[in-house]
Amino acid sequence: MTDMARAATTADAFNAVAEPRRRQILDALAGGERPVNDLVRLLGLAQPQVSKHLRVLREVGAVDVRSEGRQRLYRLNGQALKPIHDWVKNYERSWSERFDQLDVVLEELKEKEEVDGSDE
Amino acid sequence: MAATSSGTAKVTLPADEQILITREFDAPKHLVYKAWTTPELVKRWWNAKRGEVTIAEIDLRVGGTWRYVMEADGGVEVGFHGEYREIVPDERIVSTEVYEGMPQPDDGPELGTLNTATFTEADGRTTLTVLVEAPSKEIRDAIIDSGMEAGMQDAMDLLEQVAISLR
Repeated sequence: MTDMARAATTADAFNAVAEPRRRQILDALAGGERPVNDLVRLLGLAQPQVSKHLRVLREVGAVDVRSEGRQRLYRLNGQALKPIHDWVKNYERSWSERFDQLDVVLEELKEKEEVDGSDE
Repeated sequence: MAATSSGTAKVTLPADEQILITREFDAPKHLVYKAWTTPELVKRWWNAKRGEVTIAEIDLRVGGTWRYVMEADGGVEVGFHGEYREIVPDERIVSTEVYEGMPQPDDGPELGTLNTATFTEADGRTTLTVLVEAPSKEIRDAIIDSGMEAGMQDAMDLLEQVAISLR
């Protein structure tokens, strides 16, 4: 299970999506397949920089590329991003559950403070 | 006395080694701080509805330690501990956090994260942010792995779902 977890976590995908520009690219590709030129225009970056980010995303499998005529078309590979997405969602849910319970504690503290005129 | 839900926690990854948790509360910050730092109150919320907090020890001073243990619903115990590095009452707490289920090196410092909790109040509401920083990508990865194994839950479900695409 340990090895499976390691393999599935694809730690590199974590790096890949932590970079704001790369997240922008992934967001853009979430709407569908796009040629590099589209991404260059959307991000307002020079083509070599966009290509560099796309290379990182390809290396972790977050995007796939195919050629059509002279164009290189990129698309999102959701499968590769799912482990990281799930990890974040699970982490988020865990903290949301804690905070929901904290809300209840805080309501009581507020009421107590109003009654006592002090929080002690 | 229904609690006012202020929405879900927001989790983002601002940098390679960082995880940022943000949540707003309908209470002044001195109360959020109190709930965050008082053992009997921590026991009531930290379990995340997934078990019971059996130990909550807080020695709230710089150099003091803390330790939380939760007995998960399946009977598994998960423990975390750390040391307070910086304390600004009602404002900010910087502490280390070590997951006790994670393998540790034979020598040298324990592997864990540096967590900064910040309490900011506006109009009687408090925004809490918790920045979790790993000392390196390797440790961050190990924490993610061990977090998954500890299963904060669903680890196996997750593995099964890996084959399923996001869309």
